[in-house]
Amino acid sequence: MAPLLDVTNLVTEFATRDGLLRAVDGVSLSVARGEVLGLVGESGSGKSVTGFSILGLVDPPGRIASGSVVFDGQELIGLPENRLRQLRGRRIAMVFQDPMMTLNPVLSIETQMVEAVLAHQNASKAAARERALEMLGRVGIASPASRLAQYPHQFSGGMRQRVAIAIALINRPDLVIADEPTTALDVTVQGQILFEMQKLVRESGSALIWITHDLAVIAGLADRVAVMYAGRIVEQGAAAEVLELPAHPYTRGLLDSVPANNATSRRLKQIPGMTPSLLRLAPGCAFRERCERAAERCIDMPELKLHGARHVRCHFPLVSA
Amino acid sequence: MSTMEIPLSPALPQQAKGESRFLRFAREFAASHIAVFGLAMLAVVIVVALAAPWIAPQNPYDLGKLDLLDARLPPGEKAGSGNMTYLLGTDGQGRDMLSAIMYGLRVSLMVGVASGAIALTLGAALGVLAAYLGGRFEQVLMRIVDIQLGFPAILVALILLAVLGKGVDKIIIALVTVQWAYYARTARSAALVERNKDYIEAARGLGLSARRIVLRHLLPNSLPPLIVVATVQVAHAIALEATLSFLGLGLPATEPSLGLLIANGYEYMLSGKYWISVYPGVALLATILAINLVGDQLRDVLNPRLAR
Amino acid sequence: MTLLEFRAISKHFTRRLDAIERFARRLGADVTETSVRAVDRVTFAVAKGEVVGLVGESGCGKSTLGRLACGLLDASEGEVTFAGAALATQRGVVRPIQMIFQDPFASLNPRMRVADIVGEAPRAHGLIDRSQVVGYVADLLQQVGLDAAYARRFPHQFSGGQRARISIARALAVKPEFLVCDEAVAALDVSIQAQVLNLFMDLREQLGLTYLFISHDLGVVRHLSDRVVVMYLGRVVEIAPTAELFAVPNHPYTQALLDEVPRIDRRKRKFVPIKGEIASPLAPPSGCHFHPRCPHAMPRCSEAAPVLREIAAGRWSACFLNER
Repeated sequence: MAPLLDVTNLVTEFATRDGLLRAVDGVSLSVARGEVLGLVGESGSGKSVTGFSILGLVDPPGRIASGSVVFDGQELIGLPENRLRQLRGRRIAMVFQDPMMTLNPVLSIETQMVEAVLAHQNASKAAARERALEMLGRVGIASPASRLAQYPHQFSGGMRQRVAIAIALINRPDLVIADEPTTALDVTVQGQILFEMQKLVRESGSALIWITHDLAVIAGLADRVAVMYAGRIVEQGAAAEVLELPAHPYTRGLLDSVPANNATSRRLKQIPGMTPSLLRLAPGCAFRERCERAAERCIDMPELKLHGARHVRCHFPLVSA
Repeated sequence: MSTMEIPLSPALPQQAKGESRFLRFAREFAASHIAVFGLAMLAVVIVVALAAPWIAPQNPYDLGKLDLLDARLPPGEKAGSGNMTYLLGTDGQGRDMLSAIMYGLRVSLMVGVASGAIALTLGAALGVLAAYLGGRFEQVLMRIVDIQLGFPAILVALILLAVLGKGVDKIIIALVTVQWAYYARTARSAALVERNKDYIEAARGLGLSARRIVLRHLLPNSLPPLIVVATVQVAHAIALEATLSFLGLGLPATEPSLGLLIANGYEYMLSGKYWISVYPGVALLATILAINLVGDQLRDVLNPRLAR
Repeated sequence: MTLLEFRAISKHFTRRLDAIERFARRLGADVTETSVRAVDRVTFAVAKGEVVGLVGESGCGKSTLGRLACGLLDASEGEVTFAGAALATQRGVVRPIQMIFQDPFASLNPRMRVADIVGEAPRAHGLIDRSQVVGYVADLLQQVGLDAAYARRFPHQFSGGQRARISIARALAVKPEFLVCDEAVAALDVSIQAQVLNLFMDLREQLGLTYLFISHDLGVVRHLSDRVVVMYLGRVVEIAPTAELFAVPNHPYTQALLDEVPRIDRRKRKFVPIKGEIASPLAPPSGCHFHPRCPHAMPRCSEAAPVLREIAAGRWSACFLNER
């Protein structure tokens, strides 16, 4: 069964004042229908830009330099803007870290949700309103009828994010890309949102790409995980496998850095050094300078290779295939 | 339309930028050809103004050197005595227009820059202080600023000059009075934003004195928007001074500024002796235009939101 | 030996009515001053050498409490004492309590060189004189893991993690005994966070520092703290030694909070959310602030606020369930 989304060798570049920056450097991933893929990485890893690139939301000075993004058999790169617009909000939706990127502060929630429906479907305003009410209820907003008439500033941060998710799911998209939607929220609110997302995704059968730096969130949510570093995928596979028995030293290092995974009061195992500047990437493996297992061979860029049931980009993976 | 941020690549000190901040700033400034043209024009104006005493063919303030018989000669005519060519003609008193314009530019720029600098210092100090102290002081000061800005600049300047009389210093006083409020308001806004930032709180936590916090931390970080205001304000000041001189106030007739030169030539416009008004007018226009072009680009370059 | 103590400390933020609102009130309009009790009668103590973790979500008042300790805010009621003596908010005097801020970008003056940022306060307070500045700053930078050669650079030339270290060096420059870390690692990547947390632990040993570690990240708090204080909407709801708090949380809010934290070892779990939203601090629920969301709420809970009581040695909780 062909995957719903198939990204092959995606390269996205930015022309900055300091030179050409490759935020996404040859990323390949795929998402099956109804699957939850976790895209994990720290700042500068390129995970958010990957999400934006899939939707064609990369503005100058950035551009998609090469690669292919095939959604349900259709190539998205190079598609004219009006065709992309038909897809966005209808078949692929996005949820951003800041709900105010979705919500217009001067329009009521009703206006915005109805607009989201009518932009993609030939429905009556009444029908659109019904759908909006239904979605607000589904994302766990109490007394949706009275909430519809309100404005974004009358909602708390968690509620706004829920509304943003409701808008994203209102047209029953096949794929939802969520870019750190709970990072800015409190733990209890995050818990609620994760609950809603899990439920909604299962009920509607939408596929979900969840972009985050929080390994713990991904552990509870994702079927598969892809770990990114310096614009490339370094490890990809079933969530249980990757998180329990990481093959790439960076994934191992990330997991080790999390305080919960360390004995209390002992020094945390830390990854030495810092993320390299994307403008000045040394040749070969980008993680080479921080890796304890690095050797001469690492000057050659390792390819993302099948390693047992997963893909790893390393000459000396931690786990044998 | 996405509002995504351009990905941050953490700057590593070992790989600090090869060029200095100034060079980078210069490069960005030069990205706009119009701005570079403006800068070139401004450079010419400044050089001419500074070097006027040495490069002007004639000293237009020296009444002894003027020959009334040479009055109102069109551009290109030779002097009666034959020792110079009036490249831009002469005015009603026989003054060489080119020299008069050079000296006029000198006065205009000097007055504009001096009043701008004083107004900037005064306004910035008061504005930043108001933001830091808050309370009554801020309320009172901002109401004064509002009232001040409610009056048309010309009106205020006219009244002041009517009271103070003529002279370069009087005009500078009038211009400062008219301008300081803009600086104060901008400085206060900028300072309010900075005041809420953590580094100011850290300074307070470290027990630094209010004076030190205002001067060392708050003020330097509130300056960038002021620089932009300053360039535009200098242009306004020059235009205002020209207007006042045109109306016969401010500078004495013996030290004509561009405004006065324009005024002098006004009566001759219809009789075809255009050069007495038009050339000073063009010089004034060029100066103000140049300052505005440079100021616009400066604002764009210094605006962090537009960072590419 | 108690180093820092909060004694029934409260902080209200009141939005004064402006002229028009006062006028409207004169005319009989129903306009009242809105007041937020950011911190409501908080009492607890921190012993010398301890690391106390302060946790809670938005609106709980933990940041406000941290600022009260550092003297950045004045208490509306109650007081903070340090080594037994009340700390007056004197200007121009350096406190033995310093704060490390959350945002590594906004917490450093962008127009000052690192050497000046770190060296300014000790110079201003006479701890060192001009000739000693360079050496003093170099030592501090090294102590926080930065190359002293970078002292002449500006903050924007450093990464987030390095700026966090500069902040720490700045705080250490005035020789504090007590550090309040206000979400000091929240803005950092996980791998950098680990480095900075290790730095905190090293400094604690080397310099004998005491910490109040404010964080929303329970994993971090658990790793670092000896004791944990849990706050909700301005009040302390539970205090316990770390291991006990995480093993057997007493207060329903603590229980819910710990349940919500995603953990890596709990794979593909069903998230069971705690119901309701955190109430707005402007209009907190009556009685126990948590009662609208508490699965064990009783009628009593909306009428009166439970007092923080010692339920076991070193364990405190504010819940009527403990009084049955």
